[in-house]
Amino acid sequence: MEPLSSIQIIGQILSQFLPVWIGLAAIFAVSIATKGRTGLYGKLFDSPVGMIGFGLVMFWILTALMAPLIATFEPLVQLSGMKNKLPGTPVPSDITAAVPYYLLGGDNLARDVFSRMIWGSQTVMKIAPSATLFAFMVGVTLGLPAGYITGKLDTFLSFLANLVLAFPVILLFYLLVTPEIRMAGTEITLWGGSKWITSIPNIMAAVLFLFPIVFFVVLFQSRFFTVPGKRNLYIGITLLIGLWAYSGLAFNADPVGIWGMDPNLLNIFVSVVFVNSPTVFRIVRGLTMDIKTRDYVAAAQTRGEGVWYIMLWEILPNARGPLIVDFCLRIGYTSILLGTLGFFGLGVSPESPDWGMTINEGRKLLSIFPHPALPPALALMSLVLGLNLLADGLREQSLKD
Amino acid sequence: MILTALCLTFVVFYLTNLQPNLEKLAKTEGNMRMTDDQVTSWLNKNGFGGSVFLRYGEWLGIVPGWTTVDREGITHGRCISTDIPVEIAPKYCGVAQGDFGESYVFKDENLSLIGKRLGLTGWLMFWVMVTMVPAALAIGVLAGMREGTRTDRSLSTLSIISTATPEYVSGVILIVVFSSSIVGLKWFKGSATSAMDELTFANFTLPVLTMALYGMGYIARMTRASMAEVMTAQYIRTARLKGVSFPNIVLKHALRNALIAPFTVIMLQFPWLLTGVVIVETLFQYKGFGWLLVQAAGNNDIELLLGCSVVAVFVVLFTQLISDIGYVFLNPRIRVN
Repeated sequence: MEPLSSIQIIGQILSQFLPVWIGLAAIFAVSIATKGRTGLYGKLFDSPVGMIGFGLVMFWILTALMAPLIATFEPLVQLSGMKNKLPGTPVPSDITAAVPYYLLGGDNLARDVFSRMIWGSQTVMKIAPSATLFAFMVGVTLGLPAGYITGKLDTFLSFLANLVLAFPVILLFYLLVTPEIRMAGTEITLWGGSKWITSIPNIMAAVLFLFPIVFFVVLFQSRFFTVPGKRNLYIGITLLIGLWAYSGLAFNADPVGIWGMDPNLLNIFVSVVFVNSPTVFRIVRGLTMDIKTRDYVAAAQTRGEGVWYIMLWEILPNARGPLIVDFCLRIGYTSILLGTLGFFGLGVSPESPDWGMTINEGRKLLSIFPHPALPPALALMSLVLGLNLLADGLREQSLKD
Repeated sequence: MILTALCLTFVVFYLTNLQPNLEKLAKTEGNMRMTDDQVTSWLNKNGFGGSVFLRYGEWLGIVPGWTTVDREGITHGRCISTDIPVEIAPKYCGVAQGDFGESYVFKDENLSLIGKRLGLTGWLMFWVMVTMVPAALAIGVLAGMREGTRTDRSLSTLSIISTATPEYVSGVILIVVFSSSIVGLKWFKGSATSAMDELTFANFTLPVLTMALYGMGYIARMTRASMAEVMTAQYIRTARLKGVSFPNIVLKHALRNALIAPFTVIMLQFPWLLTGVVIVETLFQYKGFGWLLVQAAGNNDIELLLGCSVVAVFVVLFTQLISDIGYVFLNPRIRVN
């Protein structure tokens, strides 16, 4: 078979993304049709910047969701004779595939660059938003009391936050994400015979993963403590799901076996949450200090509302604008961090199609074969750009009212 | 600040001196097939036996260095080496005495190693700052002086793109475009190894550009925001109504006040610049401080990694101090008595 020409490659790639285009079109059509009724989300479609950003982000979310439909090969398939082949090279004739070409060429282990880029989006989409969410839970749970109650608590927490922030990020990663650190500690046998090592990442996970549960329990308790029936229901559900997930994620001892995280992944996840939460803490603290002087907070205080009620149900909802914007920016920053980790070979696992690691592998032969490194690099860039533009559009629209 | 420095160095010390790290060190220094007992005895003999706090004190130079006497009756110690025999060895030798120990891999004094590499990185940082800061300020001022115009829109988009492109992405793209045989421009070199001996335009442009691009967008956006705010201030309106020309307003009235916020941002960029330095030096094979850090971390070179960390932590704390002092100088509204 003949190699594909550039135009054929572009055409084939565009048609591979067909499910994504359909999804994007559907989302945009529905969103624009209902934009008057969906609040801030709808207003996003009034600004071109926000729309482009949203489109880019949705593109990658849909790609990650529908990766099996889009990718032409499995991420680890190696075909003989395809090592470092140029984009558009046909695969050997004895291989049957729906698209018998390496659309963006082969890498130095004869794997398909295009498919690996598609599969790689799953890694980023799984870790970056959830790590950011956890960082927000930690930052919000600690930042609200620090900003509202102030005093010694604030001094102490701010000191801790500044301590982490003064650490050069890369140094922290080199110290925290190592195979040795995962082994340092004594082994404890937990329920069901599963083992847990008291290593630093594990302890950090045990502490950090507790925050979401604490957050939701306090959230419901402060609001519904006068209606015990409702409160017991909500807190019961939170505790049930929360502790179940907690036992699986932090201790790797889920009795049912649904929740669980590879130790390496846990190490990375915890480090990323740890690095991000002090910044969130500072933002939340600053916002709280600003908002607590407002009249509605004074009104709530006069009504005799509890401290946590004021923080979680009066201050937090009014701080949502800047927090949503920062959330978008922070997912982008986290994606860059994950890429950096991959770039230094500290990524999820050596053969995973993670973008940072692919760039790192590709850079060694960059001046001769640039095609393995470029697609993941551009993919990462477009995702982060989309998130930044989305944040910009949101900021612009939320400032308008 | 001293408390922060102590806490940070202790954290680094603790993390580098974890038991598995020490065992690995014992095996690489001694023998790969050592038994657990041999490892323990090697660690005790080489002063890794004590508690973490004690060893941290020794490393700081506020606790006397360890000494052991082996079977032949020869005294070993932290402060004793072949050059310095027991008789004249000092009691304390740690960071406070200017002793950063010796690298296990490079077999050289850590202080001189770090100094040499830091010098090379200094050049990189210097050129990055020289290109990044003026360019970022110019973009920010141009975009912010007339908010909402087409110039503003396009320059803002440019700065967003630049903040969305981390060094390992822009570096890869720049190398492919400007030095690979595929595109064929071949204007610059894709490696900066030769820049360690002699800096030339060809071998140093790409690393500097890669680093400057990522930081530029952020500073430019800060400058733009602060410039846009200043331009709406009352005194600017007064100046316009008096009939002062627009360039004069921007340069003489607005600029100074608009530069206060970006100054702090630029100073606080240093911790981030370290990450950039590590990435760029790895990507372009420029053997500076970032490269040394990667080597130390990769080779489990504990003392060297500690030395590098101390330098990094102090650079960060020092720039924070400078930014606080500079802020007071730039902003006459803040006075410290």
